[in-house]
Amino acid sequence: MKNTILAGLIAGAAFFSATAASAVEIEYWQYVFDTRVKAMDRLIADFEKANPDITVKQVTFPYADYQTRVVAATMAKKGPDVMQLFYGWTDQFVKGGVLQPLDATVFPHDQIESEFFPIVSAMKRGDDYYGLPTAVRSLALFYNKALFAEAGIAEPPKTLEELVETAKKIAKFDAAGNFTTEGITLDMAGQDHHWWREILVRQFGGAPYSDDSKTVAYNSEAGVKALEYYTNLQLTEKVGMSGFMDEGQAAFRAGRAGMTVDGTFRLGAFRSITDFEWGVAELPAGADGTKSNYASYFANGIGAGASGEELEAAQKFLAYISSEEAMKIWLEEVGELPARRSAALTEANLADPVYAPFLQGLEYAHTTLFVEENAQRQIVTDMVNRVLLQGQSPADSVAEAAAAEQAVLDKFNN
Amino acid sequence: MQPAHSLPPPLKMRPASGLKMRTRRLLWIWSFLALPVLFYSAIRFYPTLEAFYLSLTNWDLLSDPEYIGLENYKRLFADPKFWQVFRNTFLYLIIGTPVSLILAFVIAYFLDRIRFGHTFLRALYFLPFITTASAMAWVWRWFYQPAPTGIINNFLGSLGISPIPFLSSVELALPSITFTAIWAGLGFQVIIFMAGLRAIPSTYYEAARIDGLNDWQVLRKITLPLLKPTTVFLVVFSSIGFLRIFDQVYNMSSIDPGGPLGSTKPLVLMIYQTAFSSYEMGYASAQTVVLFTILLVISLLQLWIMRERG
Repeated sequence: MKNTILAGLIAGAAFFSATAASAVEIEYWQYVFDTRVKAMDRLIADFEKANPDITVKQVTFPYADYQTRVVAATMAKKGPDVMQLFYGWTDQFVKGGVLQPLDATVFPHDQIESEFFPIVSAMKRGDDYYGLPTAVRSLALFYNKALFAEAGIAEPPKTLEELVETAKKIAKFDAAGNFTTEGITLDMAGQDHHWWREILVRQFGGAPYSDDSKTVAYNSEAGVKALEYYTNLQLTEKVGMSGFMDEGQAAFRAGRAGMTVDGTFRLGAFRSITDFEWGVAELPAGADGTKSNYASYFANGIGAGASGEELEAAQKFLAYISSEEAMKIWLEEVGELPARRSAALTEANLADPVYAPFLQGLEYAHTTLFVEENAQRQIVTDMVNRVLLQGQSPADSVAEAAAAEQAVLDKFNN
Repeated sequence: MQPAHSLPPPLKMRPASGLKMRTRRLLWIWSFLALPVLFYSAIRFYPTLEAFYLSLTNWDLLSDPEYIGLENYKRLFADPKFWQVFRNTFLYLIIGTPVSLILAFVIAYFLDRIRFGHTFLRALYFLPFITTASAMAWVWRWFYQPAPTGIINNFLGSLGISPIPFLSSVELALPSITFTAIWAGLGFQVIIFMAGLRAIPSTYYEAARIDGLNDWQVLRKITLPLLKPTTVFLVVFSSIGFLRIFDQVYNMSSIDPGGPLGSTKPLVLMIYQTAFSSYEMGYASAQTVVLFTILLVISLLQLWIMRERG
C-alpha cells in the first residue's frame, strides 16, 4: 500500500516536472516586413534564452492577407497566442473576439499609463487594455538638403505659410509646363490624409472628430480651410501635384521633391538614398502656433484562444516585447521609436537630428480612432480628388466626405 | 421440379452476368469521371450555393451569419456607388469586346495572308497574352505616368504638348485601362481567329474566284459567315473576361484602388473590397450573386442572338 502511494507520488512528481520541463510552444504572428521579422527573431532568441521552457514560433503573412488570416484562424480556433495588430483594428478585433483583455494583475493599468506615451490609451476599451505597443510612429517633414541649398534656403519651414514659400522656391517645370521638381509631395494615399485630418484641421482651428470619436466634426470652417490649404498647393500655388511619380515617397527618393510629409517607418527606406542628403524637421505649425502630429502604432495583443500554460507564456512574452530592452532592439533594427517614455526620451535620442523631430511630435500627437481605416482613408482621398479633378468647391466636398464618414462610424457604433 | 429449378438459374445468370459487365464498366468509367465531379462539387458548386445563402445573411467573418432576407440586395440597389461600378463594368465590356474583336480579326485576316515574318509577328502578338497580367499592368502604369517618369508624357512634353492625365483623370482612366486589357488579350483572339480562317476549305474561295467575286465580297459572303462559330466563341469568352476584369484595374490604381473617385472600379474589385477590407461577407456575396446573374444573362443572350442569325 505504502509502495503504491509512493509510486503514485513519484509518478505524479515526475509528471509535473516533466510538464514543467517540456517546452510550451506559443505562436507569434505578424505581417512580413523584413526588418520587423528580423528584429522579432532577435527578441525571440533573447526571450527563449531567459525562458528555456518556452518556445516562440514566429508566423508571418503578407500585409494584404494578414488581417483576414488572423480573423479566419480565430474562427477556426487556431489563432495566434500573441499577435501584432494595428491600433486601428482594435475595435474590430475586440468585437469579433480575436483578442482577450490583458490581465490587470500582470499588466497594472497605472504602470501602463505612467510609463507609455499617452497614445497607448487607444488600446483601452472600457476598463481593459487589449494590447501594448513596442514602437510608435509619428510624422515629420522630410526635406532634401541639396535642393534647399540650390534654392538658397537655410532651414526647413516652421509655419504653414513658410512651407508654401519654401516650396515655391524649389518647384521647377519644363517647357511644356510639367513638373520636373516638386516643392512638396501631395499624396493622399500616403500620409497626407493623416496630415489633413489630425494636423491641418486642428491648425485651422477645428477638430476632426468629437471627443468620443463617434461624430465627424471636420465639416466646419476649419475643415474647409484646411482642405483649401491642401488643394491650393496644387491648384493655385502650383508647388506639387497629386500622382507625380506615382507616389510621394518615390518622388522624394528620386530627388525630385523638396519636401514630403512622412513617418518614422520611412526612415529605413530613405537611409538607402545616396544621391543627396536629407533632413527631418517638425511638422510646420499653424498660423497661431498650433502644433499637432499624428501618432500610430502596431501593438501586440494576446489571442482569445490562449489559456492555461500558454496564456502564462504569452503574458511573459508580451511583457518582454513591450519592455524597455526590447524597444531599444526594435529602434536599432527597425528604426521605430520606443513606446515607453524612458526608452524614447533618452539624451542620445533627443540629440539625434533624425529622431528628435519625431519625438517632439509625439508629445503633442493625436491618434485617430479608426473603425475601418481603408474606408476612412478612401473617403478623405476622394474628398481631395473631387476638388482637384472635378472642381467641386471645398465646402461641398468636405460636407460630402463628412456625411460618408459619419455613415461608416454609425454603421460600426450601432 | 428439380429440372425446373435448375433451369432458371442459367437463364437468369446470362442477363445478370451481362448486366454485371456493363455495371462494372460503368462503375469503372464513373470512378474516373467522379473525381473531377467531386472536386468541382467541393470547390465550385458548393461554395456557389453557399454564396447564394450567405447573400441573405449579415456574415462579417467574425460572428455567426444571421438571416436578414433581401436586406443586402436592397442596400446594394440603393447604393449610388454600386450603380457607378455597374456602369464601369459595362463600359469595360462595351468598349473592350467590340474593339478587341475587330482589331483581332483585322490582324488575323492580314497576318493570314503574309508569309514573310508570319511566325515572328504572330509570336509578337501572342507575347502579351502569356505575360503576367499584374506585371504588364505595372509597366503600363509607368508608361501612363505624368512626366518625368511616364514615357508617353515625357515624349509629348519634349514636343511641347501638355501632358495627358491618363490614369489621374476621371474620364480617361477607364479607357486607358481598357486599352491595356485589350492589348493583353489580343494575341489569344488573333490565334483563334487565324485557326478559324485556316479551317475554311479553300474550295469555297476557288469557287468564288471563278465566279468573279472581289476581295470584299469574298470577305462578306464567305469568310465572315463561315467564321461565325469562332466569333461566337470569342464574343462570349471576351465578354466574360471584360465583365470580370480585376488584375489590370487593381494593379494600375493600387494606391487608390478603382480610382480616381471610383471611376475605374469594376464589380469584381468592389466585391473584393467589400469582402476583404470591410469584411462584409454577406454583402459581398450579394454582389457576387448579382455578378453571376449578369454573366449568365449576357452569355445566354449572346448565344441566343448569334444562333438566331445563323
